[in-house]
Amino acid sequence: MAHAPAIAHGAEHEDTTTGLNHRKLLMWAFLGSDCMFFGTLLGTYLVYQGKSKVGPFPEDVFSIPVTSTSTFVLLMSSMSMVLAYAALTRGSMKGFRIWLFSTAILGMTFLAFQVFEFREFANHEVHFECSTPLSELTEYEKTFVSQCTDASVVVEEQHGLTPRTNLFGTTFLTLTGFHGAHVTLGVVWLLSLFFYSFKGGVRPETNLDVDLAALYWHFVDVVWIVIFTVVYLFGVFPGI
Amino acid sequence: MRMMAEETHGQGANGDIHTGHPTPLIYFKVAMSLCAITAAEVAIFYVEALGHGIIPILIVLSAAKFILVAMFYMHLRYDSRLFSGFFVAGLVLAILVFIALLALFRVFF
Repeated sequence: MAHAPAIAHGAEHEDTTTGLNHRKLLMWAFLGSDCMFFGTLLGTYLVYQGKSKVGPFPEDVFSIPVTSTSTFVLLMSSMSMVLAYAALTRGSMKGFRIWLFSTAILGMTFLAFQVFEFREFANHEVHFECSTPLSELTEYEKTFVSQCTDASVVVEEQHGLTPRTNLFGTTFLTLTGFHGAHVTLGVVWLLSLFFYSFKGGVRPETNLDVDLAALYWHFVDVVWIVIFTVVYLFGVFPGI
Repeated sequence: MRMMAEETHGQGANGDIHTGHPTPLIYFKVAMSLCAITAAEVAIFYVEALGHGIIPILIVLSAAKFILVAMFYMHLRYDSRLFSGFFVAGLVLAILVFIALLALFRVFF
């Protein structure tokens, strides 16, 4: 099947004062402002880190293997997004739809991981045997040691993490919740483009529409890169 | 790793020559780099002996991922510098506000 000639990127000259497309410039301005938004949420999280009066605390709920997997999924979605755009500029509508749909699926997979994680946090249970050495318990679990009347007792209490539980719950769930909302909007945007392409609304000549969606999606990925490192890795690193 | 971009020439607003898209192979290599850096971050996380030394290491690794995505996936490397200016301005302002907030509440200071 013959493909249309590749659409040059960056070579278009718009009839504007900057020679650049206004919509694309606006998207970059928006992304710059969104950096401010997430910067303040992240700063607030760090300001209140370690100041919660009651648990659970990060080391009680975070699972680095699970979050690493969701991070990998989001990184792969960025790759599929850029490949979708590349396919569109090459004139391959089939390739564009395949990669775009893959991006949406990976985005939904990431959201599923987030939902799973938030449910796990909300249903968090303190569970340990009293025979467990103190050195193997988290600081929060140690607060329940008084219930150990003898070594055979098993402490089992549900103490979930919600926005109302403590400062950690409020700041963490606000930060990751807003990121999840951004991802959700991105998935809706991508699926809209996918279905719109079947009606002829997305064509290689109008690749800017997909370019804007791609910029937004990559930004969402970049924000998660920062959150994963600062919140998750720094949050539970035992050496700090 | 040599990064080669397809050369599609065109005149920009200032008469600059713009390069075109990288090839899908470049995108794939960037993705593998991102995965490798993430794997390295997770591996380093389990080295407790690093102590506070892990902070600059993870910051550098995250910054590398950030730059790779911004430059190659978001095409800042190939697009007008005005786009970079808009994004970096917001980013720098965010970082300054972030540092000011931490300093105000004496976090890490």
